[in-house]
Amino acid sequence: METVTLTIKKAPTLYLEAEATTPDALAGKSLDQIRALPVYMGNEEFTLGEFFEIAGAPGATAADTRVVVKGDVSRVKYLGMKMSAGELVIESNADMYVGAWMTGGTITAKGNVDSFAGTGMKGGELTIMGNAGNYIGSAYRGDWRGMQGGRIRVKGNVGSDTGYFMNGGEIVIEGNADVHVGTHAEGGKIVIKGNAKSRLGGQMVEGTIVLLGTVDVMMPGFKYVRDEEIEVDGEKMTLSLYVGDLGERHRKRKGEPIYGKLYLRPVKAGEDAAAREARLARAREAKKARFAPPEGSASA
Amino acid sequence: MAKTVTDVICPFCGTLCDDLEVQVSDDGTKILEVYNACAIGAEKFLHSQAKDRITRPRMQQEDGSYKEVSYDDAIEYTAQMLANAKKPLMYGWSSTSCEAQSVGHEIAETVGGVVDNTATVCHGSSLIAIQDVGIPSCTLGEIKNRADVVVFWGCNPSHAHPRHLSRYSIFPRGFFTGKGHKGRKMIVVDPRNTDTMKMADIGLQLEQGRDYELLSALRVAFRGEDLPDVVAGISKERIFEAAEVLKNARFGVIFFGMGVTQTLGKNHNIDEAIMVTKDLNEFTKFSIIAMRGHYNVTGSGAVLGWQFGFPFATDLSRGFARYNPGETTSNDLLRRDEVDAVFVLGSDPGAHFPISSVRKIARLPSVAVDPHITPTTEISKLHVPVAFVGVEVGGCCYRMDNGPSESRKVVEPPEGMMTDAEFLSRVRDRVGELKGKAPVGSPSTAQVQGA
Repeated sequence: METVTLTIKKAPTLYLEAEATTPDALAGKSLDQIRALPVYMGNEEFTLGEFFEIAGAPGATAADTRVVVKGDVSRVKYLGMKMSAGELVIESNADMYVGAWMTGGTITAKGNVDSFAGTGMKGGELTIMGNAGNYIGSAYRGDWRGMQGGRIRVKGNVGSDTGYFMNGGEIVIEGNADVHVGTHAEGGKIVIKGNAKSRLGGQMVEGTIVLLGTVDVMMPGFKYVRDEEIEVDGEKMTLSLYVGDLGERHRKRKGEPIYGKLYLRPVKAGEDAAAREARLARAREAKKARFAPPEGSASA
Repeated sequence: MAKTVTDVICPFCGTLCDDLEVQVSDDGTKILEVYNACAIGAEKFLHSQAKDRITRPRMQQEDGSYKEVSYDDAIEYTAQMLANAKKPLMYGWSSTSCEAQSVGHEIAETVGGVVDNTATVCHGSSLIAIQDVGIPSCTLGEIKNRADVVVFWGCNPSHAHPRHLSRYSIFPRGFFTGKGHKGRKMIVVDPRNTDTMKMADIGLQLEQGRDYELLSALRVAFRGEDLPDVVAGISKERIFEAAEVLKNARFGVIFFGMGVTQTLGKNHNIDEAIMVTKDLNEFTKFSIIAMRGHYNVTGSGAVLGWQFGFPFATDLSRGFARYNPGETTSNDLLRRDEVDAVFVLGSDPGAHFPISSVRKIARLPSVAVDPHITPTTEISKLHVPVAFVGVEVGGCCYRMDNGPSESRKVVEPPEGMMTDAEFLSRVRDRVGELKGKAPVGSPSTAQVQGA
């Protein structure tokens, strides 16, 4: 596998749209051809060479090409968009749409990524070592097909709307997730190893969510079925299965509706009420802290 | 002596009342009295008569003082600012006519900017939900004539749309609703005990930010499944009771406002509310309507939809329309420093946006076009006052139920003042010259001015 290194040499004044950084776009091109590829800032077009130092050589095909992006690309969007093969390594933080609509290959983002990573993803592997923003593995606006295949792994935390309209593939979040995980999901699997907030699996039709941490507020439309032993990210464990969302439409097989599955740690009796009390207490504390006068300020 | 102009459209809120009567002086230059309007609507008409009204563009100086400039200079400044920007944000549009909006959008297309309207901090989340799951809706007239169960969810029309209850939703006697409010059941869902809540037959005061859970619980109840004892701070008995009332309506409607569109979950709350409406249509006839704020924010969405296919937050910077709230919405663009000039017309982001965004506007080259002095005009480099649409110039406006009305001119604007459409047409022509391209098929300034 051949490697091309793109090192950012000047920060864009606004931001940069650089979809031409995938192995697909670079494969089989000379360095001069690569330098001439377009990037965009607002309504102006620039070349890749104006913003990036380009070294190495691409392979003949995308599958033979490894692209390494170095320097601070936290204002560069569309890295690895629509990539179909090969490898992309992002050494620092990246902006929106990392690996959006990707169909194959692997992306490793060593820092944080902003929102819309893995939007409409169909295949391949996307690994994010830091935190990710909102709408990871979701559908693009108005689309009813979110992530359809492939795997996303986030080592840190994620924002809201993970797996919105998801209908295939797998997302593993090792940290915490914000609200609305798997909303409108019709398939696929989401594993959250940390904690989740409310609206977990809201409007879920089919698919699986596994939560190993706590959830702030459960959706009312999930009912407990039984405890099951399942494999989570290579580890066997016994979890409680809830099905839902009972308020949502569900297709039937042999007369039985097929529900979305939500696996939670088994709860002991009375724990629910205690969790609710703890949450309310936390909220009261947070509110108090927010309205407390800043330290050292004179009371006017 | 005075003459009375009848059937005047009120250019304040999305209710777009069309029964106002305005008394004007014989020479048609002064408004003397406004009848039938609510306090806010009447004030909008009367405020146009203010003695201290700004009638010429003014440029903010280094020391914060203002210098009066001519409209020609203002047009040149605006055109240069827009033509030289890499990504100008053109925000507002909700308090002007559809005609002016369409000209503004042409400018945005020519300069490669972003067009966003006030829905971005208002009902934009409703528009996202509508795109995701559709909307079963109707007109306000149908509600007046048919609705016997009316739900207000996260909105307070007693204050925000003062004549909504009396003209359309609760009090009027319609064709099939001869008993007026006595024949209607009013359900209000709100975390606060608002003045609308105080009028309700069933008031559900829910835990703040738990609308999604309550809507979901209603859907579970419609399907005859069991619920937890308490959802969103409301007992399951009350939820089942409310579900029965909704199911047994002859014709029901849900009105919803900022309480659900801009609290936790945003578009998901509306998404779920639309699905509640859809589910209810298995039992009876139900509709859902957004309580749109500005009188022509609906029109702005309609015009943007007609021209570019998206209702707000449309990014034209690369020559084709892109739309992704979260990226192309005004506050996200400002927060992320993605725009380098701001043009505001027919809105007041200085008052409505978070202060962090307002600070960003203040640091950028900026033009505000507004008849009033507002927080936005105060932080903008150039303030261009224009004639009041719906008072001093007519134009097409859309009511909250997507019905267009033609607003009326009732009085002459102060001598020499431009309208939104005239100013925008001149800017468009100048921007076209600067960018070396004349917009195809667009009427010239002379045609718009009727010269």
